[in-house]
Amino acid sequence: MRTAVIGAPALEVPALEVEGLRRSFGERVALAGVSFRVRQGETFALLGPNGGGKTTLFRILATLLRPDGGSARVFGLSLAESPAEARRRLGVVFQQPGIDPKLTCLENLIHHGRLFGMRGAALRAAAAAQLERFGLAARAGELAETLSGGMQRRLELAKALLPGPDLLLLDEPTAGLDPAARLDFGAELERLRRERGTTVVLTTHLMEEAERCDRVGILHEGRLVALGSPEELKGSVGGEVILIQTGDPAALRERLRERFGWESLLLDGGLRVERPGAHALLPQVIEAFAAEVRSITFGRPTLEDVFVRRTGRRFDASPKEGAA
Amino acid sequence: MNNFLLPALTLWQREIVRFLRQRSRIIGAFGQPLLFWLVLGSGFGHSFRSPAGNGAGGYTEYFFTGILAMVVLFTAIFSTFSVMEDRKQRFLQGVLAAPVPRPAIVLGQALGGTTLGLLQGVLLLAAAPLAGVPLSAAGALAAVAVMALMGFALTSLGLLFAWRIDSTQGLHSIMNLALLPLWLLSGAVFPAEGAHPILALLMRINPLTYGVAALRRTLYLSRPEAVTGLPGLEVSLLVTIAFALAAFLAAVRTAERSAG
Repeated sequence: MRTAVIGAPALEVPALEVEGLRRSFGERVALAGVSFRVRQGETFALLGPNGGGKTTLFRILATLLRPDGGSARVFGLSLAESPAEARRRLGVVFQQPGIDPKLTCLENLIHHGRLFGMRGAALRAAAAAQLERFGLAARAGELAETLSGGMQRRLELAKALLPGPDLLLLDEPTAGLDPAARLDFGAELERLRRERGTTVVLTTHLMEEAERCDRVGILHEGRLVALGSPEELKGSVGGEVILIQTGDPAALRERLRERFGWESLLLDGGLRVERPGAHALLPQVIEAFAAEVRSITFGRPTLEDVFVRRTGRRFDASPKEGAA
Repeated sequence: MNNFLLPALTLWQREIVRFLRQRSRIIGAFGQPLLFWLVLGSGFGHSFRSPAGNGAGGYTEYFFTGILAMVVLFTAIFSTFSVMEDRKQRFLQGVLAAPVPRPAIVLGQALGGTTLGLLQGVLLLAAAPLAGVPLSAAGALAAVAVMALMGFALTSLGLLFAWRIDSTQGLHSIMNLALLPLWLLSGAVFPAEGAHPILALLMRINPLTYGVAALRRTLYLSRPEAVTGLPGLEVSLLVTIAFALAAFLAAVRTAERSAG
């Protein structure tokens, strides 16, 4: 963290401070009062299924949408009162590509830099350095439309980072990327954090992506249902998780309670049990209900379990096309 | 300077670079007015005599000013479609999230459309002698200035819609509904003199009428007696400047309300 020098983290201005943010679209409540803080240098994930309010929150943070109530501050700058100053500190990468396909890679960066008041030789040098850094120097003079999907993503990132933002906002940064490009992108963010100490706030519906962040906020139906480091959150789930598929879950649930004293949750026609040390009893459970159990899985809690625990629902990560 | 003009200039430049990289747009933009000029002009020339007697060239000569106005109008339409495209491709989101005042964004877009219209207008203007329009150097310069004003006004008007409407089809129908009649009833196609009183009234309140009148008067700067039955140059210029300002401010207002 940057403030290590000063040694007074309590006095540090948060990179992002969101308080009681609300937004509705007609009858539909997209955000129902969301509050959280992101420290400088932190990597923060907003995790949630589609329709949970992530995109709305992202658009508000990117200053493209005004909230109905509540406030958001970027390094102490209110988005409502001083949007221009706040925008200077922000780098935004949208889910849909924002580069111009009819411009070359270099031109894309040059135009973007000028929007931030950069110009002349300094701008050219900075743009060239960004292309170099993201492995696009050889393609500098080619139209952006000729790049592969992964390269376009990197150009997007190069563009957002050109003016040297202190807070980088990423909306579903790896959506539509193949696994290799996804890993690449993750490594890139890690490097960014290490070298420049840039604060990163990203939205995602991918557990693995959220797991890599310092802290995670889980959004569900416009509310933050969980907030903390991945370890803290997973630790809040009772130790170990057992999922049982069976023909008659209600009956098995009753018998589990009688025989082992296990409380379970009905979920998608199956049963879900959270218990510390459950593995010790697992053989006995299998023995006792061998006839009824279709399958049984055992695992350490994941962020998905945290979501299920806090909402009582399955995490539906099916991508929704055309969500604005 | 850095916060306002630089972003406006860079967006302006981008519009032109994009235009030059799309061959179909270039062919369409230059080909269509020429085609109109040849086909309509030669076809109508024999059956229609301009009552204003604008020179001896008949309708081809009369319609020449109208075609110039049309070039500017079509470019206004095209340039606003590119704004729609920017919204769809999300390029505009990146611009809106940058520390750029909205008026600077609209200014860049409007200057882009104006420049493209002007570019084509100037090329067409070179054909003036072919249409029997006696163009002087001063007249040509003045005509270019008037076309720039008209281009700015019409592009701004187009932007007013492009910032508000979300679908290409929607924009298309609005353009047909609003901009095309504006041109038809501007004196570009037929003069107000001798038209039905209702049409004549519509033409009088149409701001574009004054742009076309100013354009016609500048084209005949060396022979003012050839133009009759039109508002004077000063009035025409004033109305056109007011039209351009009003359309630009309305477009800025729309852009400021829209979050992208």
